[in-house]
Amino acid sequence: MDLSYSPQEQAFQAEVRQFLADELPEDIAARVKAGGEVSKEDTERWHAILQSRGWLAQTWPEEHGGPGWGPVERHIFDEEAARAYAPRILPFGLQMLGPVLIKFGSDAQKAHYLPRILDGTDWWCQGYSEPGAGSDLASLKTKAVRDGDEYVVNGQKTWTTLGQHADWIFCLVRTDGSGKPQEGISFLLIDMKTPGIEVRPIRLIEGGHEVNEVFFTDVRVPAENLVWKENDGWTVAKYLLTHERTGIAGVGFSIAAFERVKALASRTVRGGKRLIDDPLFAARLAEVEMDLEAMKIFNLRMLAEAQRVGHPGVETSMLKIRGTEVRQALNDLYRRALGPAAAVMPGGAPSGNAAVLVPEDEGAAASYFNNRKISIFGGSNEIQKNILTKAMLEL
Amino acid sequence: MNFEMTDDRRMLADSLSKLLGDRYGIEHRTSVAYDPPFHDIEGWKSLAELGILYAFVSEDSGGMGGGGFDLLAVFEQLGAALCPEPLLGAAMAAPLLAEAGEELEPLLSGEAIYALAVDEPEAPWDAEGGATEGGDTLTGRKTAVYGGNAATHFLVSARREGKLALYEVKAEDAAVTPWGMIDGGGAAELMLDGTAARCLLPDAGPAIERALDGGRLALCAEAVGAMDWCYATTLNYLKSRKQFGREIGKFQALQHRMVEMKTAIEQARSITIAAADRMDWRSVAMAKSLVGRVARKVSEESIQLHGGIGMTWEYPLSHYAKRLVMLDAQLGDADFHTARVTATYA
Repeated sequence: MDLSYSPQEQAFQAEVRQFLADELPEDIAARVKAGGEVSKEDTERWHAILQSRGWLAQTWPEEHGGPGWGPVERHIFDEEAARAYAPRILPFGLQMLGPVLIKFGSDAQKAHYLPRILDGTDWWCQGYSEPGAGSDLASLKTKAVRDGDEYVVNGQKTWTTLGQHADWIFCLVRTDGSGKPQEGISFLLIDMKTPGIEVRPIRLIEGGHEVNEVFFTDVRVPAENLVWKENDGWTVAKYLLTHERTGIAGVGFSIAAFERVKALASRTVRGGKRLIDDPLFAARLAEVEMDLEAMKIFNLRMLAEAQRVGHPGVETSMLKIRGTEVRQALNDLYRRALGPAAAVMPGGAPSGNAAVLVPEDEGAAASYFNNRKISIFGGSNEIQKNILTKAMLEL
Repeated sequence: MNFEMTDDRRMLADSLSKLLGDRYGIEHRTSVAYDPPFHDIEGWKSLAELGILYAFVSEDSGGMGGGGFDLLAVFEQLGAALCPEPLLGAAMAAPLLAEAGEELEPLLSGEAIYALAVDEPEAPWDAEGGATEGGDTLTGRKTAVYGGNAATHFLVSARREGKLALYEVKAEDAAVTPWGMIDGGGAAELMLDGTAARCLLPDAGPAIERALDGGRLALCAEAVGAMDWCYATTLNYLKSRKQFGREIGKFQALQHRMVEMKTAIEQARSITIAAADRMDWRSVAMAKSLVGRVARKVSEESIQLHGGIGMTWEYPLSHYAKRLVMLDAQLGDADFHTARVTATYA
């Protein structure tokens, strides 16, 4: 066994670190560290910086503008970027739609949409979930009826992340209701400026505007915007989910979060001694550290396997479960370490929150509440367990 | 990055697995593990003939291993077979004898059986805290000496001129009270009262800690092997046992608990690999703590998922379940090692 990176991988890691040190704007990193919302402008700036290096479309093949990385390079980038407080790469166009078009799209679709994702012309959002179709995605009801050269779309999507900024939405729609729920679904690309689309914000638990409802009323979509075959969109959706599964453990986020909790507990005094010297708090922190240490190696084991067989195994669902648990535990410890001042609402002190907390701690409670989402989205942890039951336990 | 075992270790593990399968079928294991002398001396000899003990020291010392991954290869198999032989003592004693420049062949050939005596009734898991006094002879008491039931030689920690020293005591020179353990295999109480002893290392503190860390890693690997066995056995049971007209594995409440068990086992395996790779005390402490917690969870969950049958002496799972709980108490339990980890935060 050899747990270290190869010399080439180590050189790559050094290159990534140098790139982040040179190119990641300090003001953006500071906002990410503070745990607040990342603005559209910040995301677009960061995307452009990555694209100028050729590192934006990390899962795409080189012929379409990807960097030609394997799973290990992607993991190294994720880990280093998270530790440097880089904003996350917005996944919808780059990590979801791009690979789908490359695999299932027509030549015309690839030629039109892929360059526009890369240069930031189109901001994409995802139209999957509906009020009645969450974990049970195949029960979706948004209807698309063929009318000449167009589809007429009626229905509602929800939990549409950053849909308020989006130029386009990729949707799963029902084109046939007669067979099994998985049959009769199609994958459709819809221009958000089309008449009949209305976006309404959903305010989340911590007060932020991250997700939306999207309503479709007689929205006319050119038939050429269908990806793959009519009524076989479920095949496309399943492929996309396997792409969502890479980098799922969030190891880099947790390493950064662990260091922050440790630093905070070292400068916080509780009952006459530093919080880090409190045996109860330290024991809680140590148990998370151990889980994180184990997960680092578990993640590398899965990467080595993905490299060997060419795709991530179903076992990575275990990483999603444990990875989200660890991140949530660290959010919890951070919030608790701040004590009562953690309660300040971001922007909640009219005279400025600096009177209550330093800027980097201001988002602690908001992050804790906001990150309850990570065990829910992308297939809730319970759905991951169902997937594992079927594929790994064969029960 | 590569998580495959080397060919040499793979071959060692495979031949060990085969031997254990042949010699330590669960019925035989149960029949030898709970009655004096709490192990099978003929089995011990065949393990020694296979050369297993040579995995515990490097080639420089006449062995063929000595690394963390050698311990992993051997103890994972021992755990999977629930082997009651006193190999842990040999694994800890071998590097200590090597450090002292002692002749290793008797240990490596299996002719001599060594046990490491560190724990004391008032100071378990704490070599530095022991009260045993050493001079030309030894006086004190050592408790829960694993493999002491079978040992021909003891390596004993004792205070000598303000330092922690390591002595060798022959079993025939000491008052040894062997006892059987609830999870099978044996240990002993060692009463020392002006007992003849030979000082091997006058300043042995760091060497003893390294040996204990090797033992802790070995226990983690043993747990991983035993947990894999429990997981596979429980999964089989869920697929065959029927209630309410269907296999109980069709019930989601049980399915999710199985997934949680498997996830925990993979975490335990991962942190054990990390410890074997690094072999520093902190990595080992993290592994021993996490594995201790996971092992107890796997034990309790395996019993619960089986229902009543998992509680019976006759059903092999019960013996694995006991081993998984009790090995946490060996060489420092989860809380002990968590506390050591937190000490580094200060």
